[in-house]
Amino acid sequence: MKDTPRTDGATHQDQNHDSAIKHVTGRAEYTDDITEPADCLHAYIGTAGIAHGTIASLDLDAVRTAPGVVAVLTADDIPGRNDISPNGLNDEPVFTAGLVQFHGQPAFAVVATTRDLARRACRLAKFEYAPLPHACDIDTAEHAAYPDVTAPLTLERGLAGPALNASPHRIKGRMRVGGQDHMYLEGQIALAIPGEDDEVSLFASTQHPSEAQHMVAHALGVPANAVVINVRRIGGGFGGKETQMNLFCVIAALAAKQLGRAVKLRPDRDQDMEITGKRHDFRIDYDVGFDDQGRILAVDGVFAARCGWSSDLSGPVTDRALFHADNAYYYPDVRLKSRPIKTNTVSNTAFRGFGGPQGVIAAERMIEEIAYALGRDPLEVRRANFYRDGADVTPYHQTVEDNILTRLVDELEQSSDYQARRRAVLDWNAKDGIIRKGIALTPVKFGISFTATWYNQAGALVHVYNDGSIHLNHGGTEMGQGLYTKVAQVVAEAFQVDISRIKITKTTTEKVPNTSATAASSGSDLNGMAALNACEQIKARLVEFAATHWGVPAEAVQFRPGHVAVGGQEIRFDDLIKAAYMARIQLSAAGFYKTPEIHWDRAKGRGQPFYYFAYGAACAEVSIDTLTGETRVDRADVLHDVGRSLNPALDLGQVEGAFVQGMGWLTSEELVWDDKGRLRTHAPSTYKIPLASDRPRIFNVRLADWSENVKPTIKRSKAVGEPPFMLPISVFEAIGMAVASVADYRECPRLDAPATPERVLIAVERLRAGA
Amino acid sequence: MPHRQDMRFLLNDRPVTLSSVGAGDMLLDHLRLEQRLRGTKEGCAEGDCGACTVLVGRLVADRLEYEPVNACIRPLASCDGCHVVTIEHLRGHDGALHPVQQAMVDHHGSQCGFCTPGFVMALYALWMRTPHPSEHDLERALQGNLCRCTGYAPIIRAGLAMGGYGTSDPLMDERATVAQTLRDWHDGARVDVAKDGSRAILPANVDDLARVLAQHPDARIIAGATDVGLWVTKFLRDLPLAVFIGHLDELRDIQDTDDALHLGALVSYTQAHIPLRTHFPHMARYWDRIAGWQVRAMGTLGGNIANGSPIGDTPPPFIALGARLVLRHGDARRDIPLEDFFLDYGKQDLRAGEFIETVILPKPAPNTLHAAYKISKRRDEDISAVAAGFALTVENGTITGARMAFGGMAATPKRAAHAEAALTGQPFAMDSFQRAADALPQDFTPLSDMRASAEYRMRAAQNLFTRFWLDANGTPATLEDAV
Repeated sequence: MKDTPRTDGATHQDQNHDSAIKHVTGRAEYTDDITEPADCLHAYIGTAGIAHGTIASLDLDAVRTAPGVVAVLTADDIPGRNDISPNGLNDEPVFTAGLVQFHGQPAFAVVATTRDLARRACRLAKFEYAPLPHACDIDTAEHAAYPDVTAPLTLERGLAGPALNASPHRIKGRMRVGGQDHMYLEGQIALAIPGEDDEVSLFASTQHPSEAQHMVAHALGVPANAVVINVRRIGGGFGGKETQMNLFCVIAALAAKQLGRAVKLRPDRDQDMEITGKRHDFRIDYDVGFDDQGRILAVDGVFAARCGWSSDLSGPVTDRALFHADNAYYYPDVRLKSRPIKTNTVSNTAFRGFGGPQGVIAAERMIEEIAYALGRDPLEVRRANFYRDGADVTPYHQTVEDNILTRLVDELEQSSDYQARRRAVLDWNAKDGIIRKGIALTPVKFGISFTATWYNQAGALVHVYNDGSIHLNHGGTEMGQGLYTKVAQVVAEAFQVDISRIKITKTTTEKVPNTSATAASSGSDLNGMAALNACEQIKARLVEFAATHWGVPAEAVQFRPGHVAVGGQEIRFDDLIKAAYMARIQLSAAGFYKTPEIHWDRAKGRGQPFYYFAYGAACAEVSIDTLTGETRVDRADVLHDVGRSLNPALDLGQVEGAFVQGMGWLTSEELVWDDKGRLRTHAPSTYKIPLASDRPRIFNVRLADWSENVKPTIKRSKAVGEPPFMLPISVFEAIGMAVASVADYRECPRLDAPATPERVLIAVERLRAGA
Repeated sequence: MPHRQDMRFLLNDRPVTLSSVGAGDMLLDHLRLEQRLRGTKEGCAEGDCGACTVLVGRLVADRLEYEPVNACIRPLASCDGCHVVTIEHLRGHDGALHPVQQAMVDHHGSQCGFCTPGFVMALYALWMRTPHPSEHDLERALQGNLCRCTGYAPIIRAGLAMGGYGTSDPLMDERATVAQTLRDWHDGARVDVAKDGSRAILPANVDDLARVLAQHPDARIIAGATDVGLWVTKFLRDLPLAVFIGHLDELRDIQDTDDALHLGALVSYTQAHIPLRTHFPHMARYWDRIAGWQVRAMGTLGGNIANGSPIGDTPPPFIALGARLVLRHGDARRDIPLEDFFLDYGKQDLRAGEFIETVILPKPAPNTLHAAYKISKRRDEDISAVAAGFALTVENGTITGARMAFGGMAATPKRAAHAEAALTGQPFAMDSFQRAADALPQDFTPLSDMRASAEYRMRAAQNLFTRFWLDANGTPATLEDAV
């Protein structure tokens, strides 16, 4: 194998996604594309058709005798535990044993010779129900005294109550923030292949193979060592496959073991959206005290979230909302409470940002309130409240030590020409026309690390074969973010070999055990370090070997592009490996990493839950049509911090993609449930994610290339998946400014999210009526 | 006239002949399950995400034309005599990447990659026509493709650059042979295939269609299948007998006479675009916001009307224009105003065995002002919350005639009789439009659903009278006009 003089595909270089060519030629294999074993059967899920009640009777006779049906599975067919709760609260049955808690809850599964026949057979079930009153939204659930699905959290520093009372200005308000469907293009899917004894192997679309492994093992009543989960790539995850794949994996595995045949389960898009959880929608009550300069003196906030029928990840999601309810701002006295409330809807789950966006948007709403109340540019109010020396402790008592927002915001203010454009927007609106404009510049500070501290660990397995080729495996999953590529770059850099030498292999629980979800933006941080650790182990053995073999000091052995310098000699990488092999040097290593320094005491609400923070800022300008409420993003400028980027091209892609996805959350993506508790927006025909024509008309996205992580993360880079999702809060606030213009900016427009044309028009008319 | 009991099409580079095909069998399932061509993906099975985009080529006036279609809702039987091109066939010479693919790779246009084959095929369809497209061309061409990862920016960059990657395209080189194959296959036969109790008939021509329908008055007519496709993929409805008509070129005819545009029922949205824009310039923007390219290529005017949906996009502006329909049963024809076709929700004035043959759009009279408006949650490829067509005749400052039709406001597309009356005979002034808007609640009691509330629909519809006044007055105030 040949290497180039300059290592091709090392870190800090633009490098194409490892599967780019396979993507564009249709040769990238997703789970549904894998050649099925002979006689593969197909499962489909039968669901209940009420939002709350008990099943008085379920007649499955017609289902069993339908054409092609091989088996029907219910709760009685589960040999182990009928539970896929990811948090030990045991509140999430695979199939309901009688109590229906949301419209679309799985009650049984059909296994048939084709997917079409299984789908058709499902519809022949005859349910009789004893309905109970249902509560599908936060307000109804609160009135009906529904419980929290998990223990709420309080973050407190100082005394918010007295500080609010003493504040010269005080505003109380309520904001509603909508949920969001993941709308990954590849839906949920699992293919289970039965093995010998208690064994079963699955191919599944998941961000969390180890969890799928444990859930399948629990349901089958077998140890984890009997279950293998494989995943080469997934067609989008965004948090929607962190726990939500468990259901599909478990049912496919149950069927496969019961029938002794391979079984594939793929819901259609409608069922996927009706059964699986989404981003939590929130109702946020805030009470903020501030002085004449717009400095925040005290904050009291209650964050109620629609959690759905089970706890799932709602605890950590609502926790993270509180962790980000400060965004970039210092609150001298503060009390924040979460209310993870139960509802008769799908069980809401992880989604890019994991509650953080709902916290950040509350902070930005309070800034808006203060700015309108004092008649100031919101950017001034933001600056007045940034974390700074002596005002650098968060509501969870962690000190912010790496703040770069002042520089970031100053640079963006200049490069976006914010001040001049703001004046132009004000002038435009002063003409009193139909089309109004708004502009906003908003910052993001996002905490990196799983708040479940034990999740911050990762493993990798690196083999160097005796021909010099390298096999790379780690616990992270590839969902489009380019994790596989970045980790391969780390390995290429470590050995100073071209990336083409490295075979990237599918994630499997057989090679790296006890992995964490590829989530919380942590994929590269954790798996990159674990892979580097494996490389360092192998390199140390090679150095020791070479020093002895060629009789030079260890310091004289150095890895250079394509070769190893040993004293005055240049040894080709291939030759070194061959020689090391002949000398019986171990050329394989399991790497491991755990994030240092972090700790968190949830009961006390104190600790250092985050290893570091990632920062960013965006300036958005929009136009709104005051006759119809339709909006358009005219321009967005972004400056985002990824530390020293491992791969600027891929990081830029993450920032652009997150921005547009976040715009969707705040503008056109609306989840609607009807009075029977049925989700009415369960396919792209009714649930509208952004299109190419929705992206900002001018879109300038840059990475802050001067930034370097102060912590010794992998190559001083920073996590990138989630933080930029919050940048388009600038779009939302700009829409608010355009609305506020109809009442001469005297009133905070208090838009709820998403700002659909309907919400914008209603807000325009409300402000006009009040003006 | 010969009958043929099998269907045949060219799949990439090889002919496929099938005798067992049901009316509800979709092209995507055939590709993925039978042919094991798995580069084409299923994202939604309702024609909204574009992950299943393939090209379908057919001879139109003896010229081979390729269009992007959603394989998920494209009935297999309707591909008789066509060339189906999937992502597996797209390549450059010597097996290298095609220019479109290379541009996508170089500009990091894929992340998770699941939508990518569909994007590549849509871009390829555009590249064939417009190798150096503008951003606007690209946005229009990609209205039917969803990507959840990239935010589209790198895909647009790839599209802008793709013209600079050469012209190597084996498919273009094959055109002559492909065209000859399709020509040789053209036997003028009625195709009649079936599977598991579901039968599909492709009449040989329009007269044969009339005969088939007279014989099977309960047969389901399927043109572009952009709605019926969903009955199958989403609602699992059986189609015991379907008559496919998408191949009947006689019904795609467009005749431009002195006083009217005669559009065959099978004229697709794509095909209608230029004639409409030419004679009714106000339709240009509106037309661009209907569906995505794939659905515009498949969907037909006749289908959109015959379907009877209260939220179809063609009826409101067509009713305002005074459109008429020619309905045919056997050899008998009748001609009715379009608004009379819609009787009630799901009920149209279409007798058993009858079909829409032609849509007639009278050319605008002098002194007429037109507008067409669409309001939706997402700007493009969304179903209207409200759609409206306006046509006003103004003589010497007085409104002497008013036709205004709305969709999304009632059980059928409907004229706003009270609002029209409020305008007729009144001075052409803002006050008149305000009074017409005030009269609108007498015409409509809209519903609330996931697209919009009743209140919003009414308020936005009323505001369109202001919009029309501003447009007519030469002082348009829209998002497109604001710079």
